[in-house]
Amino acid sequence: MRMRPVTRRGAAGLLVSLFAPAAFAVEEKTAMVSIDNFTFKPARLTVDKGTRVNFVNHDDIPHLVVGSTSPPLFKSEVLDTHDSFARVFDKSGSYPYFCSLHPHMQGVIVVK
Amino acid sequence: MSDTEHDPSRRHALSCMLWAGSAVIWTVSGGIPRGRMLNQAEAATAAGFNFAQISDSHIGFARDPNMDTPGTLQAAIDQVRASPLRPAMILHTGDVSHLSKPSEFDTAEKINASGGLDVHYVPGEHDVLVEEGRGFIERFQKGVKQGAPGGAFYSFDQGGVHFVGLNNVGNLAAGGMGRLGEAQLVWLEKDLKGLAASQPIVVFAHIPLWTVYAEWGWGTEDAVRALTALKRFGSVTVLNGHIHQVMQKVEGHVAFHTARSTAFPQPAPGTAPSAGPMKVEPGRLRAMLGTASVSMVPTGTTLAIIDTPLGA
Repeated sequence: MRMRPVTRRGAAGLLVSLFAPAAFAVEEKTAMVSIDNFTFKPARLTVDKGTRVNFVNHDDIPHLVVGSTSPPLFKSEVLDTHDSFARVFDKSGSYPYFCSLHPHMQGVIVVK
Repeated sequence: MSDTEHDPSRRHALSCMLWAGSAVIWTVSGGIPRGRMLNQAEAATAAGFNFAQISDSHIGFARDPNMDTPGTLQAAIDQVRASPLRPAMILHTGDVSHLSKPSEFDTAEKINASGGLDVHYVPGEHDVLVEEGRGFIERFQKGVKQGAPGGAFYSFDQGGVHFVGLNNVGNLAAGGMGRLGEAQLVWLEKDLKGLAASQPIVVFAHIPLWTVYAEWGWGTEDAVRALTALKRFGSVTVLNGHIHQVMQKVEGHVAFHTARSTAFPQPAPGTAPSAGPMKVEPGRLRAMLGTASVSMVPTGTTLAIIDTPLGA
């Protein structure tokens, strides 16, 4: 009898470990935009709704990721070398963005 | 003022010395520059009003090719202080810091103050990453009468020259280049309005006011209107930074110069996949960094353009 609560707790723990991560993985897809040589790669990225897009700066100069609309829909902090910025794109549409330090650097996230 | 002083054809000369180990002097008459090597004797006899330009110190950057940007900025300040031209003051054409951090501003401020000269600043895009540049403006443009509140642009007079500091790094738009904006352009036109055409003008701003290389955003998209307002003056010198290398161009009476960085060189337009820092052999770095010194002396002749290499 003394063992049951422990077993229950164990069973409850098992449920969490089995189902919660699985549900998490289903909900969130990820994709990456790499910043190399003052370029967003890929410059045009198409993702499913709900995808978390990570922008990673591989340059030895800082960059930003800023929505091109005014006011911008999203804006990262300044990303120094190896810094990253993530945003989940929940709604369908086209999201152009640029680097406000180097405005010739542009990209677009297309959400299906 | 005498008639002669009102006559835009009366030439003032601006001599700019740019050095990288061995010095080069730029003599500009009515907007036409002549470059020549400068030795100590010439420098010692150079008369007139002299000032220095430093740029792109990028304090906070510590990567290849320069792990010690405070050290190279200090070397630049020491060079200005030791100059036989005895510059009266320093213009800093922006990118004082790398990431707009207060600690970076602190370091730069202390080093720049060690020169014992007034320093007049305009922001680079690296200086305005936080709160629209408020930290930069409050620290480096203290006591400046701004052309518009928080605008980071202003003018002042010194040594017979009208100096105009412009801000072309605010609110940069996707796909664009540097930008002055309507409010600043209106202010500039008003600022210049009452001046005689013979008044020598020095404009300083971070991003070049002429299009050096649009593909890398090296230019200012609405500079044409500013240059139109400057057209009637007999001697206009535009000093910029941003591209970390010396370039010069003349258009009418307007001479454009860009200064070297005190931190790291950048490649010539189109010669590399991007405008990132140029990697150089350790012993070569300081030959690619530098400062500029500008002198204003009266002269009666128009000089021809002589192209001279800027360094060994």
